[in-house]
Formats: sequence, C-alpha cells, structure tokens
Amino acid sequence: MTTLQMVRKEPAAPGLDVERIRADFPILRLQVNGKPLVYLDNAASSQMPQQVIDRLVRYQTTQHANINRAVHALSEISTNEYEQARRKLQHFIHAREEREVIFTSGTTDAINLVMHGYGRKFIGPGDEIILTTMEHHSNIVPWQMLAEEKGATIRVVPINDAGELVIDDYEKLFNERTKFVSVMHVSNALGTINPVKQMIAFAHARGVPVLVDGAQAVPHMQVDVQDLDCDFYAFSGHKLCGPTGIGILYGKAALLERMQPFKGGGDMILSVTFEKTTYNTIPHKFEAGTPPIAAAIGLGAAVDYLSAIGMDAIADHELGLLNYATAQLSRVPGVRIIGTAKNKAAVLSFTVDGVHPHDIGTLLNQEGVAVRTGHHCAQPVMQRYKLPATSRASFAFYNTLAEVDALIAGIRSVQKVFS
Amino acid sequence: MTDPRALYQEVILDHNKKPRNYGTLAHASHQAAGHNPLCGDHIDVALHLSGECIACIAFQGASCAICKASASMMTVAVKGKTRAEAETLIHEFTDMSTGKLDLSGDHHIGRLVVFAGIADLPVRVKCAILPWHTLHAALNAVESTSTEAELDPMHVTIGDA
Repeated sequence: MTTLQMVRKEPAAPGLDVERIRADFPILRLQVNGKPLVYLDNAASSQMPQQVIDRLVRYQTTQHANINRAVHALSEISTNEYEQARRKLQHFIHAREEREVIFTSGTTDAINLVMHGYGRKFIGPGDEIILTTMEHHSNIVPWQMLAEEKGATIRVVPINDAGELVIDDYEKLFNERTKFVSVMHVSNALGTINPVKQMIAFAHARGVPVLVDGAQAVPHMQVDVQDLDCDFYAFSGHKLCGPTGIGILYGKAALLERMQPFKGGGDMILSVTFEKTTYNTIPHKFEAGTPPIAAAIGLGAAVDYLSAIGMDAIADHELGLLNYATAQLSRVPGVRIIGTAKNKAAVLSFTVDGVHPHDIGTLLNQEGVAVRTGHHCAQPVMQRYKLPATSRASFAFYNTLAEVDALIAGIRSVQKVFS
Repeated sequence: MTDPRALYQEVILDHNKKPRNYGTLAHASHQAAGHNPLCGDHIDVALHLSGECIACIAFQGASCAICKASASMMTVAVKGKTRAEAETLIHEFTDMSTGKLDLSGDHHIGRLVVFAGIADLPVRVKCAILPWHTLHAALNAVESTSTEAELDPMHVTIGDA
C-alpha cells in the first residue's frame, strides 16, 4: 500500500517522534464516520495535549481562587500560577520584560486593545494606517472602525499572484501622514510568511509603529519579538495547543505606558473615587476584571509542552509535511494551489475544478478528513484571486505524511463523485 | 449520520452540472439577491408574475452543488405555479430540510425529495434553503436577504436544526 510506504518515508525531521507526540493528544484517537480522524484544520484551532488538559484539571481541582485579591492560601497560589504563566509566555516569545505581556481573550481582543488604547489616542483626522490585502478580518475591521471614527484613511499593500506582499508598493505607501502599520506574520489563507522584520525596520526609520498579527506564526516557528523589534505582537492560545478564550498582546513597555486603557473595571486601577481614578501599572492596566485564570495557566503549560519538543523541530517537521503535500496535490489534475509564496508555513489552500469547496469539505469529512472550507475570514484575499472560497488543509507538528495521503485520496474520491 | 454521498446523487449532480433556468430575466417583476455570509455563497433569483402566476423564473450565482441544484430544481418546481403555491412549497422544503416535514403525509415535495437527506447534515442546511429563502424574499419584494437575516423565519429553524 502506498500509505505504508509513505509512513516509512517519514524522516521529515529527525528527532521528532510523531507517533509518540500523537499519543499525547487523546482527540487524535477519535474516529469520524468510522474513519480515523485526520485533523487538518489547525490554522482554525489546534488540539490540546493531555499535559495541558491535566494542568487545567489540576488548577481547577487544587488551585482555583480569584487572583490579586484575597490573602488566603488559594488566592496566593492562583495569583502566583497566573503570573508564572505570564513569565512562560514572556520567555516563549523572548520579550524583554514580563510586564510587556498582556493576557487578552485572543488575537482579535489584542488587536482591538491596540486600536482603542493606541489608535484612539494617537491617530487623528487625515492620518493613514497601512494594512495588507491578506489580512484576516480581525486585522481589518478594528482599523476601519477607527478610521471611520477619526477620519483616518486605510492604505493597503497589494499581493502578487503567488500571494506575497509587494514590498516596493509597501514602501511607496509611506508619507508624512502614515501613523501605524498592522500586518500579519503568516497568512491564514495563503500560508505566506511575510518579511515582517524588514517591514518593521522600514516603518521605524520613518517613526511609524508596527503591530504584527502572529496568530498563525507563533504555533509554527520560533518568534523573537525583540529580534523583530515589533511594537506590538498579538496571538491566540487555542492555535497553540492551549485553551480558547486566552491570547497575548505583547507591547513595548514605553508604548503600553503611554496608551489609554481599553476596558475599565477592577484590577486595572490603583485607586478609585468618584472624582478621579488612577490606573494601575502595566500589564494590569489592560487586564480589567477577573481574567480567564485557568486558560492563562493552561496556555503556560502549552508553551512548556511546545518548548520541550522545540519550535525549530516543529517548523522542520511541518515544512516536510508542506513540501510533501504540495508535491502530491500538484499531481492531481484539476487542482490549483492558492498561495505559492517562496516562504510558506504549512497551510495549503486549494481549489478543485468544477467542485465547490463546501462540497469538498462535506465529502472529505465522510472520509474522516477535517479541512476548512470558505473564505477563511479573509474576503479581500478571495476577491484578489476572484474566488468565492477555497478549501484549506493546515498542518500541525502532530500530522503525518500518511495523513497527507488520506487527504489526497479523499480529494480524488471527491473528483470521482463529480466526474 | 447518513452517508452524505447519498445526497450527491445523480439528480443533484446533474442539476449542478446543467442548471435549469440559469441566467437573468430581461423583464423581471420580482427579484432578490440571497447571501450566505458564513460561506460567501450568493444567488440571484428573478421572476415574472403574470397575475398571481410565476410565468418565468431564473437564477444565477456562485454556490456549492447543493445550493445550485436546489435552485435549479426550485425554478423547475415553481414555474407556472401561483404565488401561494410557491409559498407553500417554500415552507414545505424548509421543513423537509430541517427534518420537520412528515414525508408520509400530504405535501407537494415531489422530485425535491432528493434533498430530504440534508436534514442529516445540519451544516449544509443553509446551502439547500438559500435559493428558497431568496425566492421568498423576491415574492415579498425584499431586494436582498441572507441566511442570517434577523427577520428570516428560517433563521431560528436552522439554529435549532
């Protein structure tokens, strides 16, 4: 059988024992429609290893109380564990200080925090904000809301046919009115890895701060916010083997301190009277109300888990999967890969002649193969390629070459139904 | 769950490949555009009412096979019917799609019964009913509608499916 042959050809990343890793993920043992689950929707949300599940259970079983409040034992433990998770995230993205790491509910919340905290204070009428064609709706809509409120303008960096940003055009968009750049690190719809370090350096030379949406980058590669020199970096926990409802905004301390709070409430204040409220210091200024404590601690456990495997080993393995899947898919007649950037993460968007992505999704599901179909919350990308939707297989470090084979076999059987 | 491959049967695949009444109408008395914002599918339905009778009807748009075949078969089913008969069929089709129609009782579903299996695929129900939903909007002089429209009587139904 081809499949067995492919399993033997697994040496994508020596040192990554995929079968042992898979044993950590109980959900990967599921059967869907009588077939082993082939989970290829990791760009939407990744699965959780037993280590993180256990950590959540341990927290709820023995450590839970509200943080930063009472003097009793549990409150002290939960506060310490929550702040310990913050330090784990700080080290994971190589932030200089732990107070530069703010817990949010996710990437969307993090971007909205910057829009309200920075944008509404420092961006005014006639100012310009640079975005790119490939942005996720969560990195478009908040800036449109700001532009509408302030009378600012959105400028958009185009992409070429391969799905790469046209950097010459990016540089030409800058003028004296440019006040902010917000760009994704890795495209969820195309897989493109953008040259954000270079883009940040260019913006900084003109005094313009940059937010990087790292939702699709952090789970798949080593990210060093100090090396990138980004001003803000946003990502989500649930794409990183962590729980939903938790995410991170990294921001340079000097900027965070100048920003206004996003949400008002408990924890984000030092003192409150009806005449005057004094805000707390960062990061607490941006963490109003009781945070998702368990989710934050779970995310801490998730980055421990990923660090133990090694982000470089993860990136190597995923590149092996991408290269193999790209080669195999390219051989299927009638299939077109959308997003062929030279520098790509393990995201494979594609169309099949004569078959709508939703029909592909339904029929692949019958084979146990989970892919995303639709516009991927990136409608401007779909408009750029004049497509209503694509199918997308997105890989994680726990995926195997045999699973790529299952995807390819599934696509061939879809074509057979529609032939 | 029923094997969805059963849904992708010859009739549906045939209407997907060769949709009937596909295109625009030069002199439509009623038309509407329907959108499914969850997937980006859209469909335009145009018809001409002669008195109470649907004299001609056409549709066009970009959508999946389920949606396109449903639209194609819908135009065939309602052509020559009165507005009231069409509304009855819209109602029955929606009920069938959400598993609420007693197929052994009285109904006018006819060949549309090939879509009965959609009730087992809740995530695809909206694909099947979008054309019907759009026809309902056209007949009631609503120019644009969506499977998420607040006033959509089918919206709640879908959510419960």
